[in-house]
Formats: sequence, C-alpha cells, structure tokens
Amino acid sequence: MNRICLVAVLALIMAKPALAQVDFTGEWAPLYHEDSPERLPGPELADYLELPINDAARMRADSWEADRISVVMEYQCRPHAADYAMRGLGNIRIWRDIDQASQRLVAFHLHFLAWDSERTIYMDGRPHPGEFAPHTWQGFSTGVWEGNMLTITTTHLKENYMRRNGVPRSDKAKLTEHWMRHADWLTVVTVIEDPAFLTEPLVRSDNWYLDPGQAIGVFGCETAPEVPAPEGTVPHWLPDKNPNLHEFANWYGLPFEATRGGAETLYPEYRSKIRDYKPPAQCTRYCACLTLLGGGCNITR
Amino acid sequence: MKTLLLALALAGLQNQNLDRVEIQTIPVQGNVYMLAGAGSNTTVQVGNDGVLVVYTQVEQLAPKVLAAIRKLSDKPLIWIVNTSIDADHFGGNDALPKLANAAVRQNVRIVAQQNVLNRMSSAPRGAEPIVPDKLWPNDEYFVPQKDMSFNGEAVVINHMPAAHTDGDSIVFFRSSNVLSVGNIFTPDRYPVIDLQNGGSVQGLINALNRILQITVPLKYQEGGTYVIPGQGRVCDEADVVEFRDMMTIIRDRVQDLIKKGMTVEQVRAARPTRDYDTEYGPNDAFLEAVYKSLSSKK
Repeated sequence: MNRICLVAVLALIMAKPALAQVDFTGEWAPLYHEDSPERLPGPELADYLELPINDAARMRADSWEADRISVVMEYQCRPHAADYAMRGLGNIRIWRDIDQASQRLVAFHLHFLAWDSERTIYMDGRPHPGEFAPHTWQGFSTGVWEGNMLTITTTHLKENYMRRNGVPRSDKAKLTEHWMRHADWLTVVTVIEDPAFLTEPLVRSDNWYLDPGQAIGVFGCETAPEVPAPEGTVPHWLPDKNPNLHEFANWYGLPFEATRGGAETLYPEYRSKIRDYKPPAQCTRYCACLTLLGGGCNITR
Repeated sequence: MKTLLLALALAGLQNQNLDRVEIQTIPVQGNVYMLAGAGSNTTVQVGNDGVLVVYTQVEQLAPKVLAAIRKLSDKPLIWIVNTSIDADHFGGNDALPKLANAAVRQNVRIVAQQNVLNRMSSAPRGAEPIVPDKLWPNDEYFVPQKDMSFNGEAVVINHMPAAHTDGDSIVFFRSSNVLSVGNIFTPDRYPVIDLQNGGSVQGLINALNRILQITVPLKYQEGGTYVIPGQGRVCDEADVVEFRDMMTIIRDRVQDLIKKGMTVEQVRAARPTRDYDTEYGPNDAFLEAVYKSLSSKK
C-alpha cells in the first residue's frame, strides 16, 4: 500500500513541469478595447499622443506622407513587425514544440492573420544572433519564465513603425513582452526600448480571448503599381510643409502641443500645463469602433 | 589631391591595430558567405571551381582573411572583384592571392570597372602612382555589365556610375541570390559620397534604385535576395528601401535649402538630417558632400 502511494505521489510530482509553465497553445482572438481608434480604423495623422518620442521621431513622422505605402511598391506588402503585430489584425494561433526525449519546452510558435506572419519564441536558452545577422520583421525572440508569466526578449527587428502614421521604430530597438494567461484570457504587456527614437520605454498592453472555433484564413498580398509615379519616387513632406499636422488637434479639440507627444505628455502632471483645455461637448469622431472595418464608428467629419 | 587622400587612407589603415581584428564568417545564402569584423565586409563565393572574393581588405589582414576562407574551401583563389577605389577594399590584392595560392601555380584575375584602374594608376607628372601596380586590377571592364560564370552560377557585375565613386560595381550571384554592393549601401551609417573620386548623391540614389530592381523578396518584403553591404549586417530588400528613402528625402531637403540660397553653413545649421542622425550617426562630411554634389549640378 505504501509503495502504491509513493508511486502515485511521484507520478503527480513528475507530471508538473520543472518550472512554472503555462501553455499558451490555442486560437486567440484579439480584444480592441484599448486604443481602439488607433488599432482599427488606424491612427490620425500627426497623433503622437502617449508616445515618449524624441525630436528625431517627431520630425520623421511630420515628414510622413501616407502615399508612400501606395507609391513605393516595396511598402505595399510590408507586415507589422513583432512589436506592432500584437496590436492590429491580431488573430493568433499559438502552438509549441516539446522535445520528446526530455519533455522540455523548446519553443512557442505564433501564426498571425495579418500577412501570414509567423514568429518563434525559443525557450531552450539559445543565444541571440550576432551583430552581423539579418534583421527580420518578427526579430529573434527568446523567452524565460518568471513565475507563471512568460517574459520574452526580441532583438534583430527590422525598422518599422511605432504607430501607423509614420512614427518610426528603429532597427536598434529591443522588445520585451510579458505574457500572462488567466483562464481563457491572455494579456500581453509590450515594452519597446529604442535608443534612436524614444526617450523612455514605450509600454502598451493588448488582450485576447481563447476562441477554439477561430479559423485563420490565408492573408495574401501582391504588389502592384497603384499610383503612377516615376521610379524611385518617395512621397514625403519637406520640413514645415506638411499641411495636416493640426488636423488631429482641431478635430478632437486638443491643444496642439499635447498631440506632439513626448514623455512629458504621458503623465497626469501634464494636465496642469493644459489647464485651458476644454473637451468637446460630445464625441463626433471614432466614438465607438467595435468592429474590424470601423462599422459602428461614428465618423461625422 | 586625390592621390594624397588615398595615401593618407592607406597609411591610416596600416596604422590601425589590426592584431585585434577578429574575422567572423556569416553564411549568407547558397555558396556565398560574408566575412565581417574588420570594418568592411568581404564577400566570398566558394565551389568546385575555386574561390571568388569581393573586397580583399588591407594587406596586413590577408592571413586572417585567408584563414577564414580556408574554413570554407581549400580550393585556389581564382577571382577578385574590387567594387571601388577604397583603400581597404583592394589592399590585399597582392598578398591574399600569394598566400592562398602558394602551393599552386594559379594566376588571379582581379576585376574592376576601368575607372578604378584609371584612378589607381594615375600620377602627378614625374611621380609614381600612389597605388603600387601590384595592387592594380588586371581585368578591368568598361561596359555597363560584365557577365561571368563561376562555381556553377552566373556572376553578374554591374557598373553603378557616379555613385559612391565613379568606379563602383555591384556583384550579383544569381543562383545563390546574393548581391554584394560595396559602399553604395551601409545600413547603419551615412554613405561616403566621394566627390573627389567621381561620386554623386544622385548617382548613389540611382544605384540604390538599381539594387531594388534586382532584389526580389521571398515573401512579404523579407528574405529572398540577400544584400551584403560595404559595412554592417547582412540585409535584404526592405533594408535597402529604408536607406534609399533616407537618401532621397535628404536629397530633396538639401535641394530645397539650396534653392532658398543657403550656404553650406546655413544648411548645416538647419539640420535637415536630424531625424536620421540618431540612426546613421555623425553627418558633417555626408551633409557637406550632399550639398556640394547638388550645388555643382548645373
């Protein structure tokens, strides 16, 4: 009898992973309640709110001309990079590799609806590549457990955007993620450190729910000349020539300085500097964006 | 003046402490590898026919470069391509083949666009050429494109006129799908527009656009054709696009300031590159070269 109990206890102990490990495997559907207007219909031009950007990033974004993603064919099928992929069109399938001999977790894999992007998060302790290795949209990711939270470090990212209105994120950036699962809910906190364009880390969060019935289709993308332009054309605004910079502030009744972003504008103390600000009496633009294509968004101008 | 600059460059390189240089070998794709760590990147293609090298580094690094090559192939060195007149790209033209082919009787063909040879061999009246003739290319070309076949794949060499210099070549390894582009493209720093040696900002942008015509991504702007830059990491088309965009935008900004009648000092004070400086580093020489290149185009 004692021997049977001992075997049972040993079996229970051995069934548990060596470290705290949560299984993220499954089909996950995104929730867009955070930053909805930015993530679904897309950010307004010159909206740099909540971004701790430096002057270089601000100037780069001010020179952004949205025609670039049509005129420059090489932009047409550019995917979101790993740091932005979690923000938009974020239906995800996650699966994992288990080493059969040791039963250890080797890697998590992600497949995104958007651009059919695939990403691997190595869990086997391998080092990141060296300085001369290629950079990719999804970068090179390794994960470690911190209790039940998975902390992921990603390097070797290609240059991409911090926000889809031309705010840049450089290829020198490092992405840290904290994945937390609570039953059928997944929360991911992302931290971007970018010595080229940020004065302090940019922290954002995104949420998903487990959706076993989700079927991710093929995304597909083919480049084509959409706008006639001489070869080598790169649409952009010269400094101080962009006519759209005040649009966002005017539409939402915001002080222009606040829309310029920067670390100072992230914190509650900044309110004391915009005391004359009076919010509009009622929301008139992107007030309730609940669906992917903006259905339900209240756009009156 | 040009030869003096070249002499200073050679002397500067020779004074560097090259003992500490560690050559890293990065497999790129197919038969092509990148040797990095010495500042400039060396491209190596290996196969049954032998070894082809783009950039021979400085003379003193020849033993280290050869040691790296020998980990990839024990075949003789057959071809060298000099993609420009940069001193650190041809310094090993003599030493590397001697070391590599010491045990075999093998002549090495050193390919370069004819302007490279012209500039190496030019000399003030009565003076010796600043570049010794043992370092000169012996297989110069003057047509827009030179084709050859080596190690079972087509190797296509294109002249990029008046870009970084007036003798720039890019080398496309067609089966391996790798393009070695020299100092036309340096992903983490501003390019050197060598006006003294025939470079120009518009020629460099034209060359970048030509590179983008050749590269084909595998899927969603990633992979496919890999690009070995003059310095820095292995890249692909999307990285070249970022660089081309930067060059085009800065050209337009400086051109606009020139139209307003600004001097080079005023352009510098306007800081038209400040949104790129945090990525590409110090800009003084670059900005001045862009200004002079655009100012002289009348």
